[in-house]
This record gives sequence, structure tokens and C-alpha cells, in this order.
Amino acid sequence: MKVIEARQLTKRFGNFTAVDNISFEVEKGEIFGFLGANGAGKTTAMRMLCGLSKPTEGYGKVAGFDIEKQSEQVKANIGYMSQKFALYEDLKVWENLRLYGGIYGVPKKEIDPRIDAALKQLGIEDEKNTMVKALPLGWKQKLAFSTAIFHEPKIVFLDEPTGGVDPAARRQFWELIYDAADRGITIFVTTHYMDEAEYCNRVSIMVDGRIEALDSPKNLRRAFKADNMDQIFHQLARKAKRGEN
Amino acid sequence: MRQFLTFTRKEFYHIFRDRWTMIMLLAFPVIMIILFGFGITTEIQNSKIAIYDPSKDIATNNIATKLEISEYFMLEEYLDTPDQIETKFKEGKVGMVVVFGERFYENLLHTGEAKVLLIADGTDPNTASTLTTYASRIIMMYQQELLGIEKLPYSIHTEVKLLYNPTMKSAYNIVPGVMGMVLILICALMTSVSIAREKELGTMEVILVSPMPPLLIVLSKVVPYFVISLINFTNVLLIAVFLLGVPVNGNLFSLYFVSIIFIFVSLALGLLISSVTDKQLVALLMSAMGLMMPVVMLSGLMFPIENMPIVLRGIAQIIPAKWYIEAIRNIMIKGLGLKDIIPELSVLSLMAVVLIAASLKKFKIRLE
Repeated sequence: MKVIEARQLTKRFGNFTAVDNISFEVEKGEIFGFLGANGAGKTTAMRMLCGLSKPTEGYGKVAGFDIEKQSEQVKANIGYMSQKFALYEDLKVWENLRLYGGIYGVPKKEIDPRIDAALKQLGIEDEKNTMVKALPLGWKQKLAFSTAIFHEPKIVFLDEPTGGVDPAARRQFWELIYDAADRGITIFVTTHYMDEAEYCNRVSIMVDGRIEALDSPKNLRRAFKADNMDQIFHQLARKAKRGEN
Repeated sequence: MRQFLTFTRKEFYHIFRDRWTMIMLLAFPVIMIILFGFGITTEIQNSKIAIYDPSKDIATNNIATKLEISEYFMLEEYLDTPDQIETKFKEGKVGMVVVFGERFYENLLHTGEAKVLLIADGTDPNTASTLTTYASRIIMMYQQELLGIEKLPYSIHTEVKLLYNPTMKSAYNIVPGVMGMVLILICALMTSVSIAREKELGTMEVILVSPMPPLLIVLSKVVPYFVISLINFTNVLLIAVFLLGVPVNGNLFSLYFVSIIFIFVSLALGLLISSVTDKQLVALLMSAMGLMMPVVMLSGLMFPIENMPIVLRGIAQIIPAKWYIEAIRNIMIKGLGLKDIIPELSVLSLMAVVLIAASLKKFKIRLE
């Protein structure tokens, strides 16, 4: 079953074409890596899929809803985690979870059990009443992921979720991602760590607003005759005409 | 509705958990009104004066006594030589020195002309001119008494009556002004900073991706500051009445009604500012410079608008606080009703509608 469908999606800002005619599909429960250099158009594409920005041309469906005409339903069925781990630092751990539960309309009597379950999964039951600002960065990151999937969305969009976190914490984080994927949550993740790209079921690589490659890491390595994703990425990124940003 | 309540509760947490926000929101208005009400005052009471009197006759003694028994002055000392005058000022001991001419009474009787010199400390021009005015008045009164004794056929008695503020209390003027300032500060500054903060931290983006409608986001951000503004208004009003002795001559309901409209205007200004910037610091500076300064300088709080150059007088007309302060003065001090402040009410309402529409539109545009 396809949960994300993009058909010739294009976004222009004046004369600048940020996203240029991209098409792809993502299956349910898949971990889809969305790669590209800074300024390649990743964030703009993701904003369109999240219903934050309207496509100039083209068509997209997320969780079975039209991203342009049914953006409210799209929003209700997705989770989103930004690279800033946007938690409220002056709220306690459980209050952050309750807040997003309330905003996404999680039934009241389910909120407490879900908070306990989420904290247990993260192994931070003792930190339930801790202010978020007192948590180490790696924990914040995991907590941000838990809040993003607190309402059991069909798809979760992760925008460079592992920025600035050490490798050990990144590995733990990917365990959470696998766990969510096993439960049937589709993962749409942007990253610039190429070792993480290897963890994805399929990856797409954007260059100058276009998708230049899209396949499983294994098939891509074969097609590009490369040892790892890093080499493929550099081969493609070298073609880029746009500067950084 | 639950989204709204959850989000508003979060907003209150932000406020209550940050000590500086709390101080800013609740203590600051109280400090303002007390400072302005007591500290910054143009009233003169018991000002210390010195007298140099080479005549020491019945007339000068009389005038000196009159000065001393008035509530404005307190006689510090008699000077022996004119040289002491400057020393006294330099020491800062006296605010004014009264210098009588020689053979004061004799001259007055025979030539019909006697001289008295009032020297005041001009480094504080307002106080100096008030002191000399009061002293001249007292001397004039003595002169009139003399005239009465001499039974001259004509005399003109000048009496001054100040309406609404008979004792010339500056608090009457300051209180409405501080109300305008406090409301602008709380509503516009705090709202714009709190929205800019969410943008800076990235939480706004996450909230925008959620199914929460933009209008609801704006409302939940604004409601806590609306509530706190009303609390603050009440605080300032209580202090004004019970501590500063400013009466509420008009209708209390009208006071709140005008204030609520002004709060809407201020909140919309805060929203507008936050839609222009993503940085807390910029929002803070814009609110402080763009809103606070004009309110202090041009709303009539400090300087009378009538005395301003034509350009500034024009600018003053578009400052919401100017209309609000005028309306509050009319209701509170003059005791007028809502129908007497229709012009102010209309201008404020129009501003509120335009600003709210503009800020909501801006907020939506940002979402595309």
C-alpha cells in the first residue's frame, strides 16, 4: 500500500525552482531516506508533503489525502520532528508528551498509559518529572521522536533528526526508528550522514531540486559501482550547479 | 476546544515558570505606577528656602512668615551676607533664595516701589519656575492686603480654580498614562516575544505541522496575555485609587470596556511585530522602540500634545495610546460616560479591527 505519492511535484519561488518535477512513492512501513546537499530542495519538498506549503505544479497524496486540497487530514495523520528537536524546555518530560497528545486529539484516557509506555521504551521512566532543559541532547532527541509518534501517525517526517548527536546516541535513535517501522509507521527521513542512509530501505538523492537517484542502498551501490553511499552522494553532488543555500 | 485548552495551559506554564517573565508581567506594572505616581511628581511641597533680608522691617517679616506658613516652603535659614547665596545653592541645601531690597517697607510706603529678588536653581527649570510662581503669588497676596489697608479704590483679585484636579496632583495625569504604557508593554511586547521565541526554538514549525488551525494557535498565544493584562489593569487601578488617591469619577464598566478595546489593539500590534521577525531580540527591540517610545513621548503622558510641533502632533494622532489615555482621563477624572468619549472609542475600535485583520492575514500568509 502506498502511503506517499508524489507526481511531478514542483515548487517555484519567483524565478527560482526549489523543487523541480519530482515523482516518487513510499510504501507503508518503509524507511525512506531523503538525501541531498543543503539547498537541494529537501526541506521545501518535505514542507509540501506535510501540508505546510502548496505545490506550484504537480500533485501529491499523503496517507491517502491530497496534500493541496486535504491538508488538514494530511496533518492529522502525520508526525513531524524537526532538526531542532522542538520540545518545550520549560515543560516537564511528560508535559511535552501530554501537550502533543492534546493537540493531536489523542483520547484523554489514553494519554497517561501512552506516556508511561513511551517513557518505558526510552528507558527514562525516572525522568518523567524532569524539565526537558535538564536532559542530555541524546535523550532530548529520542523524546522528540516519541512526541512526534505519540498520536500513532501513519507517517512520520524526520528532518535531519540526528544533527549534532554523537554516534552512539545515533545508533540508539535508529533502533527507535526500526521499532516504529515494525509497528507499521512509515518513516520519511532526511539526513546528511551517509552511514545512516545505509539503514534505509530505499533512498532518493536530490540535486538542484531534482531526484537524481532512487533505489535501495544495495542497488544504488551496484548501479554507481561504489563501495558506499558516501561515494555515490559525492558523484551526484558534484553535478550541482547551485551553491550552498 | 481541547487543543485550545491544552495549548493555553502550556502558555501559562511558560509564564509561571520563568521568574523574569513573572517579574516583567506582574511586578513591573506595579513598580511603574508607584514610581510614576510618587517619584516623578511636579508638585512642590516643603521646599527649602533661605532669605537674605537687610531691611528686617514689618513688611519683610510679614512676607517671610507668609512664605513659611505656606505648605510649599520651609524656611531653612536667614543669610547674613549676599556672598552666602551661591554657597547655599552649591551645597544644594535650598531650592530658592528670597532677597529683599534695603529699606523695603520705607521704600514701599514712600516711593510706592520696593524690590524683592527671587533666585532659584535653574538646573531644574520645572521646579524653579513652579517655586518662583508660588513665591510671587504669596508676595502678591501680601501686596493686596496692604492695598486693602491703604483703601485704594480699585483692586483686582485673581483667583485660580483648577477643574477636576483642584489640588494639582500630578497622579491625576500620570495614572491614565501609566495604564496605557503598561497595557502596551504587556500585550504587545510579551506576545511578540513569546511568538518569536517559538519560531526561534523551532516549536512553531512543529505546531504548524499539527492539525491545530492557525487561528486557534494565535488565540491560545494571545489569551493568557489578555487575562494578565486585565489583572494588571485592576492592580494599577487599585493602587491609583487607594494609594495615590486618584478618584474614579466615571463608570467602572466603561473603564474596563475602553481598556479591553485597547488591549485588543495592543495584542494585534504584538502579533504584527511577531509576523515580521523570527528573533526574540528583534521583537523585543521593535516593541520597545516602536511602541514604548512613542507612547511615552507622544501620547501626552509626559508632554502635552498641544505644545508639540505640527508634525509630531500629527504623528500623535495615530498612536493608539493617545486615544486610550484621553478616554481614560475623561472617564476616570472628569467622570464622563461612554457617550462622551465616542470619538476616542471609534478611533480605537477602528484601529483594533484594522490591526487584528492585518495581523491574522499576515499570520496566514506565512503559512502559504
